[in-house]
Amino acid sequence: MALSSLQKWFFRGICSASSKPLHVCVVGGGPAGFYTAEKMLKAHKEVQLDIIDRLPTPFGLVRSGVAPDHPETKIVVNQFSRLAENERFSFFGNVSLGTSVSLSELCDIYHVVVLAYGAESDRILGIPGEDLNGIHSAREFVWWYNGHPDCKCVAPELKTTDTAVVLGQGNVALDIARILLQDPAELERTDIAEHALASLRESSIRKVYLVGRRGPVQAACTAKELREILSLKHVQVHIQEADLVKSPLDEEELKRSRIQRRVYDLLSKIASSQPSDHVSCERDLHFVFFRRPASFLPCNDANKVCRVRLEKTFLKENGATGRQSAVGSGEFEELECGLVFKSIGYKSLPVDGLPFNDQKGIVPNDRGRVLSNAGKEPSNFVPGLYVVGWLKRGPTGIIATNLYCAEETVGSITEDLQQGALHPHISLDKPGRDGLLHILQDKNIRFVSFKDWEKINTKEINDGKLKSKPREKITSWEELQEIATQ
Amino acid sequence: MMLRRMIRKGHIFSFSRSWHSLSKNIQGSLNLYLEPLETSGRRGYVSKAYFGNNKGWTPYLLTQGPALKSGKAELQSSGQRFSMLLEVLKRRNFSTTGGGVSDETYEKEKITVTFVDKDGEEKQIKVPVGMSMLEAAHENDIELEGACEGSLACSTCHVIVMDVDYYNKLEDPADEENDMLDLAFGLTETSRLGCQVIAKPELDGIRLALPVATRNFAVDGFVPKPH
Repeated sequence: MALSSLQKWFFRGICSASSKPLHVCVVGGGPAGFYTAEKMLKAHKEVQLDIIDRLPTPFGLVRSGVAPDHPETKIVVNQFSRLAENERFSFFGNVSLGTSVSLSELCDIYHVVVLAYGAESDRILGIPGEDLNGIHSAREFVWWYNGHPDCKCVAPELKTTDTAVVLGQGNVALDIARILLQDPAELERTDIAEHALASLRESSIRKVYLVGRRGPVQAACTAKELREILSLKHVQVHIQEADLVKSPLDEEELKRSRIQRRVYDLLSKIASSQPSDHVSCERDLHFVFFRRPASFLPCNDANKVCRVRLEKTFLKENGATGRQSAVGSGEFEELECGLVFKSIGYKSLPVDGLPFNDQKGIVPNDRGRVLSNAGKEPSNFVPGLYVVGWLKRGPTGIIATNLYCAEETVGSITEDLQQGALHPHISLDKPGRDGLLHILQDKNIRFVSFKDWEKINTKEINDGKLKSKPREKITSWEELQEIATQ
Repeated sequence: MMLRRMIRKGHIFSFSRSWHSLSKNIQGSLNLYLEPLETSGRRGYVSKAYFGNNKGWTPYLLTQGPALKSGKAELQSSGQRFSMLLEVLKRRNFSTTGGGVSDETYEKEKITVTFVDKDGEEKQIKVPVGMSMLEAAHENDIELEGACEGSLACSTCHVIVMDVDYYNKLEDPADEENDMLDLAFGLTETSRLGCQVIAKPELDGIRLALPVATRNFAVDGFVPKPH
């Protein structure tokens, strides 16, 4: 649906003639939330929009997910920060959906609510031994080295073993391997959390296995990250030539996908290259393909992992889709390790009063419009409730994916406004921001405004200057709130 | 301030490292691109500098200049990031209010570029030689995203070169650009990143289309995109 410019002009004319503010709340201040806010404010001049986030700091995974040695990927926060200059926009940090304010309260005080709170939990394997010590989800480890206030204490033990196994071969898995094997001196000038840097300096990890249940053709990582891991100093990358053999279905897959083609070419290059003689390689990275975890086993300490039992797999086509899945062969082998990271995907959390598809881990929706059940009838739309980002699509994609996702959801909102799908809901007078302020005041919740965030931001940057870091992250809830409320 | 003068005065580093094309955003105010170039048997460096509002510069050949005294050049890893402390450069006032940058670009030759948006609307603009298409778009209120501000860390400034003749006049994309193009939405055979297409006289008349967002978000039958 593309509105012609005449239609757009006409519609904007209608809206500004009404001059009644349209109150919008976006729950979640990550890329999905900010792109949505940007597009809503631009498309509708009568909109007053608030982003709420449970953390005192905005920007979601740009701050807590992107690796510290990828500063260019974080530049997008400059664009998001410019939104703060718009007087129709407000940021409310330290406001949590569910505890500070309920979904039904939000729907009462705002005309439109867009849920953009992403995925703050993990997929689990559901295999024996998963609860043993030494097994962490990728999300926890990433939050830990990025200084997320929820994960300060989740410190993984990096001194008790020389081998770590990472399950999964996406870019997050590569981030983990790189952070573990990188010379800590290389991380000193990044915004990595100080507690993580200290721990990495004393780390005894020398070997990392990246384990995928399918083959190099299906590897989920991308070329830039692969290239980066290949260029790590003092790290030898190992791939078995035998794993690179392609089936006709593999060839078909490669023909269809440029990303997979370039990744496969890079992986082939690794397998065929000889280790450089003049550089001593003290650390090893192994790509292990066609293996899926069957169980985790402890050794002497019954509570701590010391081996992963892997089942060899082979690929089988899913019906006639061209997509191949891993099937167990019944043959097993074991990998010794003291540390395991599960990088198999994030998972969204449901919220009271919100329709949720447990199996897919998303809110059922049609192009961003929340459905009250899995059906697609218009009569089952929940009026005024929308969803964007990982909560809408599942936890995949890059930051830019949210750009298009936000465009789609805002498009749906615009369509609904235009076609009267939100009447009579829309014509009701709602308090919007004032209503939220009231609720927060009643509950004695000290929210963090964008200006308050800027106090945190300035302190982090200034502290960082002392150590030649772009910033020294503040990693405790108490300190974050203390600085914000100064 | 002309780049050559900056070099002669020792404001730019000399590098003897092997090939890398890098940028470093210094507190959002300075981007320096460096590409090694071998001409007439002498290894020099071409540099494109972007200041303040990302004004584009025509590439200049850098000869071996004296190393910056108060700054440090550190190669973190070949082909990756390049860390520089450009204290002297910051102290030298490179604000665009001095008129230095705009004067320079004003004198330069300009080419005609047409942007076609996703609704088919066309906008013709004049772009000074040396400016990137991303920057030209922003100067002319054309809606081209640039999340990473030209650091080759995203694909949001993806443009489609509408005529294959013009596409062929561009230098081949580097690995780093191709890595980002992999992730671009609506990728075509003549796609490039707008921040990497630099105006030069041969591109006069070039037409660039902004890609149409594709509806590929249905979770059923969804092809997962990488993180």
